[in-house]
Amino acid sequence: MAGVNWTALIVFILLFAFITWLGFAAAHWRRGDLDQLHEWGLGGRRFGTIITWFLVGGDLYTAYTFIAVPALAFGAGAIAFFAVPYTIVIYPILFLAFPRLWHVCHKHQYITAADFVRGRFGNRWLALAVTITGIVATMPYIALQLVGLQVVIGAMGVSGSGYTGDLPLVIAFVILAAFTYSSGLRAPASIAIVKDILIYITAFAAIIVVPIQLGGFGKIFSAIPPSKLLLATPPADSTGAYSIYATLALGSALALFLYPHSLTGILSASSGHAIRRNAAMLPGYSFMLGLLALVGFFAIAAGVGSLPEFAAGFKQFGNNFAVPALYLHSFPSWFVGIAFAAIGIGALVPAAIMSIAAANLYTRNIHREFINRNPTDREEAQMAKWVSLIVKFGALVFIVFVPSKYAIYMQLLGGILIVQTLPSVLLGVYTRWFNDWALLIGWAVGIAAGTWMFIAADLTPNFPLVIGGFTFPGYTALYTVVLNLIATIVLTPVFNALGGRQSDATIAADYLV
Amino acid sequence: MDEQSQRAPGWSWWYLLFVIQFVAVLWPPFYNSVEPSWVGIPFFYWYQLLWVIIGAVLTAIVYFATKD
Repeated sequence: MAGVNWTALIVFILLFAFITWLGFAAAHWRRGDLDQLHEWGLGGRRFGTIITWFLVGGDLYTAYTFIAVPALAFGAGAIAFFAVPYTIVIYPILFLAFPRLWHVCHKHQYITAADFVRGRFGNRWLALAVTITGIVATMPYIALQLVGLQVVIGAMGVSGSGYTGDLPLVIAFVILAAFTYSSGLRAPASIAIVKDILIYITAFAAIIVVPIQLGGFGKIFSAIPPSKLLLATPPADSTGAYSIYATLALGSALALFLYPHSLTGILSASSGHAIRRNAAMLPGYSFMLGLLALVGFFAIAAGVGSLPEFAAGFKQFGNNFAVPALYLHSFPSWFVGIAFAAIGIGALVPAAIMSIAAANLYTRNIHREFINRNPTDREEAQMAKWVSLIVKFGALVFIVFVPSKYAIYMQLLGGILIVQTLPSVLLGVYTRWFNDWALLIGWAVGIAAGTWMFIAADLTPNFPLVIGGFTFPGYTALYTVVLNLIATIVLTPVFNALGGRQSDATIAADYLV
Repeated sequence: MDEQSQRAPGWSWWYLLFVIQFVAVLWPPFYNSVEPSWVGIPFFYWYQLLWVIIGAVLTAIVYFATKD
């Protein structure tokens, strides 16, 4: 890539400087004692409906989403739109289960899903399984945020030879690490507001301006090859693309709120009602995500894939370059700066929340459970701050030294792994019927089967399940969590007969909304 | 404690409204077609975007119906 786009770069840097200041200033916002873990790691559980809306939205709709969903539409067509039914079905789940989880966590001062499982089922090994699954699934997710950042930095023409090329990425991450360390969850919560305003401006500009430039939606859709316009009609002996589409949407929705960072956002809400209100308000983001998927089609219609000035970008970043290329093609440089800053800041918000969530998990459910059982509040908060640094540094090393396709594979596998905590966490909110050891074995069965199916399907998340000669291709996460549940249900009476059950630290009234 | 804690937990018939949106969007044969298109947008796309809005309205209805 030849020249640096100075106008875009200066706008980008100014906006980045602003959110850096905001991130540090956030330490003083709704002031609390940051030497306590629930203050640093959950913002003191004081965020009302509006802040929760920004925080959870900033959390769930990451920079990677804004790059990858249109990229999938650009490359593979209609299947990318599974993101829309996915965002439609997550909100009933949020509405029904999570106010209950919020209440019990508030009552017992739980700050992670593993805290809840430890209290509910009284089994430290089951809690450890939930903890490790959470950390392993989160790490590649943080790394993927860096991919989003890398793409926009590259698209502004900032490049270098060898590892100096990664210098801008390193600087962005040092900033992120520093304000997360000093301000905790308050930093991403305040930056999320700026990020969202920028993202909305960016998305709506594309939705309005590009179709006008290209001559309307009719022209855009007529430029899409028929094979990409709709899902392929399944052959006679298979449910084909239909079952892939539906299971991807449902399985991803079930996995979403089990991710540690989603729960961190939800638990920081000030009440169960704030969560319910959010379930009705968050579809605002869903609509935008659907529109953004269409941006991938805009990129096809604008023909950016065959323009010589973008050849180097597509070569380096693949289809992930489609969105940046479209903005460079369709907008003046100053607006490109805003759009790219939106994506870049959109990477930092979830990365900060994810690293806080992983740090909370390590501190509470590994260090406190297995290493130092009686830390002071200050020691506990300090430990979490250090772990948040280590987690981010690990993600940075991963992305600088390992090709980004492995981060993508790991993230796809992460979704399959995290959904295995569904019986203990999501169903645990409703019932104590399951035996704790049965849950642990069900989890292990799901993890093993999921990993095997992922490898057997050539590192893709869709597995062609064959029953009686009929093929049901679908999302491995959904298939394996069913297997997990069957194992848990079958083994529960067995383990109950073998020995006593652990006690439940929670009572029914703790869940009342 | 406030009066909310005395309310019976769990089920409300209003929650059945959620089932509608699950069925409407998780069954691709319903909507995997180009026609009827709207302002040049194939059915597949505008149908699902429309359900985002319907889903939000249904969730809001359930929220207000189960609020107290």
